[in-house]
Amino acid sequence: MMASETSSAPAGALKTGDFANVGRAAWWQRGFFASQTAYVAAALIAIVIVMALMSPAFLSAGNVANVAKNFSFIGIVTLGMTLVIVTGGIDLSVGSVMALSAIACAMAMQALASTGLAGVPFATMTLAIAAGLGVAVLVGLANGLLVARVGLSPFVTTLGMLSIARGLAYAVTEGRGQTPAGPDLDAFYAFTDGTILGVPMAVIYLLGLAAILGVVLHHTAFGRHVFALGGNEKAAALTGISVERVKVSVYVLCSLSAGFAGILMTGWLGSAPANLATGYELTIIAAAVIGGANLAGGIGGPAGAVIGALLIEVIRNGLVLAGINAYWQIVLVGMIIILAVLVDRLRSGRAA
Amino acid sequence: MTTPIIEMRGIMKRFGAVQALNNVNFHLMPGEILGLVGDNSAGKSTLMKVMTGAYQRDAGEVLVNGEETHFRSPHESRDRGIEMIYQDFALCGNMDVGQNIFLGRWPRRFGLFVDRPKMYEEARQVLGRLKVDVNSVFQKVESLSGGRQQSVAIARAISFEPKVIIFDEPTANLSVMATERLLETMAELKRQGVAQVIISHRLTDIFEVGDRIMVLKRGENVGDRYIAHTSEKEVLELIVSGTPDTALTADEALKQAA
Repeated sequence: MMASETSSAPAGALKTGDFANVGRAAWWQRGFFASQTAYVAAALIAIVIVMALMSPAFLSAGNVANVAKNFSFIGIVTLGMTLVIVTGGIDLSVGSVMALSAIACAMAMQALASTGLAGVPFATMTLAIAAGLGVAVLVGLANGLLVARVGLSPFVTTLGMLSIARGLAYAVTEGRGQTPAGPDLDAFYAFTDGTILGVPMAVIYLLGLAAILGVVLHHTAFGRHVFALGGNEKAAALTGISVERVKVSVYVLCSLSAGFAGILMTGWLGSAPANLATGYELTIIAAAVIGGANLAGGIGGPAGAVIGALLIEVIRNGLVLAGINAYWQIVLVGMIIILAVLVDRLRSGRAA
Repeated sequence: MTTPIIEMRGIMKRFGAVQALNNVNFHLMPGEILGLVGDNSAGKSTLMKVMTGAYQRDAGEVLVNGEETHFRSPHESRDRGIEMIYQDFALCGNMDVGQNIFLGRWPRRFGLFVDRPKMYEEARQVLGRLKVDVNSVFQKVESLSGGRQQSVAIARAISFEPKVIIFDEPTANLSVMATERLLETMAELKRQGVAQVIISHRLTDIFEVGDRIMVLKRGENVGDRYIAHTSEKEVLELIVSGTPDTALTADEALKQAA
């Protein structure tokens, strides 16, 4: 959870009266510092230090840029996933949506290259990206309406959508990878895989989106609605929050984040294969949970999403540098998920 | 005679094979505290939900200040000053006291951003008016005890400036201390002119703050009494062996006794 749920303003001049025994917790026991996100951030720093001591290559500029880019794709989708998880839902279809959006984008670029629009600067690229994101919105809308209006379980709905979207990705491409093409190819690569002052675009998008999400979640009415839904959906509905609209919105935004990350990966790989991001949904959910999002709903934030995604990538990268069999990474990620939740349980058990 | 703030006549409500309410009459005077009692499945909560629009009646009339109404949801009855406090309080445990009081209708800046300073300030004012015991508007609701959570639910209800508050089993899960405090709060609200209905199994509580007590049995009226002119024993007899045929209203019972 982000800081400031309980700590943002002074306690003011409220009379405590009979309740002088109830004070405020020390600063390190409330707000951000009392959250799972803070513990995982501390663990992340410790791991980075250990990795740096074990392998000098770990903090080299090349490796840092590599880690940064790799984790950004996952991180962007984790932001969207966190939003869904905070409402108490789950979206298993994100990996498939990444592939489907990437393919839609690449195929649209190919198709538009031979039309009159090819002469207009950036037109084919803009429309192709819009096509990719449009597909993601449609999938998110389908998920959201089935969950919010029809009342199906999010797990089952998005499990079905995982299969549908992946199947479509294979069906429309007949299993062949789609390569972006056309007059805007260089602009497309600059947009998706370029750098600004040496910082990969994916990292810039991730940090920008995380900042926006932080403001939206904590300072806008929509963001507060998302938390209210996760806290007590019935109460939210009773007080007049449009539960259906908020739910549909979070599934659309989650899908949109997946579609965007899929398009970025196309730029990185130079192609949109139908098996793109297969199995990523589990890594993404893991990143969200490690970062402190509570699958029961009501708790989570963008800082946690970024830290969770980064932690997973740092461990993966570190094990590779240390020459340890890559399969152990999968085992370790699983252990960290359980450990992160366990530490949080122990801590809150003590606090209670 | 003054107009009742709420009057219901001949209310019928059926759920499948069950006649939950059968020709029930009800009235509530301004500033009155009415105890609504009866065995389980007597139709107490159903009657209140018909009143707020959470359920739709099959037949009968609901009048607010003498005007007939057809509430389709609790939101519509809220606009007419009727608030219901549910047994489970309907709070978001992951959010703080201030945010819960204004759940879903936080003061806004530019229509988009939540105006936190204003929200917390107004939350303090509401809590002050209630004379309740929540020590900080920044505390997370899930960290509060049951009694204080209820205070937050009441604070939210009164922030709508209601004319009528319905409490559904308010003392069922409260400690003795918390119950005392709740009854004080109800008396305070009465002084401020808020009419209240309290659904409860605990006659003692109703006898402490109530003006009148109404008994339902299997979805039918079996009589009501003025608290000042009845006893727990008489009410218990009504609950156990009252029938619609022998039902007397509070005024009829008073006349008969005289």
